[in-house]
Amino acid sequence: MSHPPLLSLEALAIRVGGFQAVTQLDLEVAPGETVAVVGESGSGKSVSALGALGLLPPGSEVSGRRHFAGEDLARLTARQWNALRGGRIGFVFQEPMTSLNPLHTVGKQLRESLRLHQGLRGERATRRCRQLLEQVRLPRVEELLAARPHQLSGGQRQRVMIAMAIANDPQLLIADEPTTALDVTVQQEILALLGELRREHGMGILLISHDLNLVRRHADRVVVMHRGQVIESGPTARVFDAPAADYTRALIDATPAGTAPAPPANAPTLLAARRLGVEFLRPKPLLRPRPPAFVALAPLSLNLRQGETLGLVGESGSGKSTLAAALIRLLPAQGEIEFDGERLDRLKGNALRRRRPQFQIVFQDPYGSLSPRMPVADIISEGLRFHHPELDEATLTTRVAEALAEVHLPADCAQRYPHEFSGGQRQRIAIARALILKPRLLVLDEPTSALDRSVQKQLIELLRQVQARHGISYLFISHDLAVVRAMAHQILVLKEGQVVESGECAQVLGAPTSDYTRALIAAAALD
Amino acid sequence: MNNVIPPVHAEASRQRRSRLSPIARRRLQIFRASRRAHVSLWLFTLLFVVSLGAELIANDKPLVMQYQGHWYVPLLVDYPETEFGGFLPTTTDYRDPFVRQQIERNGWALWPPVPFSYQTLDRDIQGPVPSPPSLRHWLGTDDQGRDVFARVLYGFRLSVAFALALTVGSIVLGVLIGGVQGYYGGKVDLLGQRLIEIWSGLPVLFLLIILASLVEPNVWWLLGIMLLFSWLGLVDIVRAEFLRARNLEYVRAARALGLPSRLIMWRHVLPNAMVATLTFIPFLFTGAITTLTALDFLGFGLPPGSPSLGELVAQGKNNLQAPWLGITAFLSLSAMLSLLVFIGEGLRDAFDPRHIVVTATPGAITDSPDRADSARALP
Repeated sequence: MSHPPLLSLEALAIRVGGFQAVTQLDLEVAPGETVAVVGESGSGKSVSALGALGLLPPGSEVSGRRHFAGEDLARLTARQWNALRGGRIGFVFQEPMTSLNPLHTVGKQLRESLRLHQGLRGERATRRCRQLLEQVRLPRVEELLAARPHQLSGGQRQRVMIAMAIANDPQLLIADEPTTALDVTVQQEILALLGELRREHGMGILLISHDLNLVRRHADRVVVMHRGQVIESGPTARVFDAPAADYTRALIDATPAGTAPAPPANAPTLLAARRLGVEFLRPKPLLRPRPPAFVALAPLSLNLRQGETLGLVGESGSGKSTLAAALIRLLPAQGEIEFDGERLDRLKGNALRRRRPQFQIVFQDPYGSLSPRMPVADIISEGLRFHHPELDEATLTTRVAEALAEVHLPADCAQRYPHEFSGGQRQRIAIARALILKPRLLVLDEPTSALDRSVQKQLIELLRQVQARHGISYLFISHDLAVVRAMAHQILVLKEGQVVESGECAQVLGAPTSDYTRALIAAAALD
Repeated sequence: MNNVIPPVHAEASRQRRSRLSPIARRRLQIFRASRRAHVSLWLFTLLFVVSLGAELIANDKPLVMQYQGHWYVPLLVDYPETEFGGFLPTTTDYRDPFVRQQIERNGWALWPPVPFSYQTLDRDIQGPVPSPPSLRHWLGTDDQGRDVFARVLYGFRLSVAFALALTVGSIVLGVLIGGVQGYYGGKVDLLGQRLIEIWSGLPVLFLLIILASLVEPNVWWLLGIMLLFSWLGLVDIVRAEFLRARNLEYVRAARALGLPSRLIMWRHVLPNAMVATLTFIPFLFTGAITTLTALDFLGFGLPPGSPSLGELVAQGKNNLQAPWLGITAFLSLSAMLSLLVFIGEGLRDAFDPRHIVVTATPGAITDSPDRADSARALP
């Protein structure tokens, strides 16, 4: 490196409370360079950045040497810190909704930062705000300045955050998972924008991410962290092409591969939907006619055979979860649903409840889908207990143990509570809860998107095993084409409630006919 | 690495033994950390337990006695006066000088520390009533010559018991109605809310006063009438919790399992609403006590002669020359209500997720069970 480093951390160690969050982190960011810190959740990557800049809660200890542009960060006073952060160092956080104040307009929040750090006021501040929003490629700048955060989309909010971060021409931009909360196509745009800004302003960027795919494309150098320790660091190309550490290799290999086992050729149809649509009525204003209903899902038809997986692909708001909920009658819908030769949409009350064990669902958020107040055994056996009241305790215990074994969890998990498990383990518990009822259809609503890559891979393998063993049909919902490709036989691409494309998985991904599918494929960087 | 389950460490096993979820333990910890609430809870419990045994402390009959070699338990059994050499087969008045004399001659009697019950008229007082505090009457007597200490003791018990019954009743009704509205939502909710708005417009106090002129008001009547209205405050809270919780993923998962609504509401949704309900209890409680006191003060409450703090307040107002009445009423009421408010504050803090545990040792924060969650928040 010819330039002196902007940020340099040597032997950084952080203890949060009694817990050693980071040990021995060495890191340098030069001007105009993007350095990525990669790791799975809990690896200490965010804590490192926050700790180096004195943003951790009281009670944490930071040791080691840290310099910013030659200044020793350990010696700064509170006043100096404030001038540095938000001035010469900009931040972009993961969740743009919570990082922006919902009560103030975008313009006001931007101006506040300009006033505090540069003393800009009045017309000059407004002009600078406009200029900044144009820099982050936001349309209709005037309207946006007067808008409040909830009126913007996720991508727009993240752009506003970036505008705020670069408002004072920072030398270093710290981007902590800047795109995790966004749709894949938007992710690419945001990172491309960061890259442009870096080149224009000669900023250094410290990019913190769990997404190797992004890092590979957008970073110059990579630091791989695992459980608070640096596993490997070096230029991006070298780390990805010839990883030195096993852990790095495992991370890179964790992209789900392979395809699902083919179902028997003449498998009967299990689930069929005809002209299935979902509309939400809008509230009727007083004295005026009711506005047209919001079409969450335009009428569509689909067909799922026994032992087959249908992948539902789309970004947020595309109606894929709505479709899944409508298919298993968790949402009222119009149209016909036929399950195993029976009209599901005509069933009601008890009759419907008795069929429910045959079609189960696994939700996205493994933290939200298990009741925190029940031990695992009760969670798993709850459905069985209700549908088969004739079973005695011993049988139930055996069945729970079998279900746990099926998802590769040890039997002694049964007496523990959900909070004692990691995200991947909780998702297995949720799958066990569904499998114990011996369903014929399993709806998987983004089952892997809250999980780390390596855990995702294991879960996908588990799901394939279960399908091969029991011949269950899956309705697999995901925004991640890499995961869908590894799971699905058929694919249905949704956008804003409309079917964009459908067909055999390999065919759709190999020769997409719509631009939208092509954009999704490009964003997922399928090789 | 996902398959590696961390060994059950000491904390986890301790937890399982105590059968408390980490969040419940955190709440307990916060509640205990607030000294005022903790002490108030113990003090209030102690006072209530003591007042439950009011008959053992202040009574106009002996606890046990021996008469001519036989044992008697006047506290529990009514004996006719003829047993002790009297002439009439009526219940013995142990304060009667003749009966006392008989007992002293033929045996002995163990009296409670305060030999007056709440409605005992002390006819042996020298001077006018209300008489000031003395060794005989610790807090003096009221304008009918009844011992004020005994009346406060019994009155406290009645107030608390009344408030307890009203609170339990309100919770059952409020949770039931709020829960049904929140869980089903839509038309049920809309209709229910409108009905409740109309219902809550009715003037409770006037209804009670009108009732007092129609029937002989007793504790049960009052309880019933007040119960008709006291659940209203709880409905909004419970309804909001149910509305929120019915879309939680584990509630949707339970619905997908095919469980019936009553089971889902009971097992999965209700525990969420219990937090809000528990926080509300102390306010229901104090509200019930003040309403009862106010009614008694106005003379529309409990039947005459009942031990009532409200009646004592009224006496204090009517007998300004006897300040011990007003002062006693004021102190006992304010002490009781303050204790309840302190407990309520502690509960509210304990259930407030934003409350930060402040402990003496700095490391203790990370030992709190929220560590798993905060670790998750950092990607």
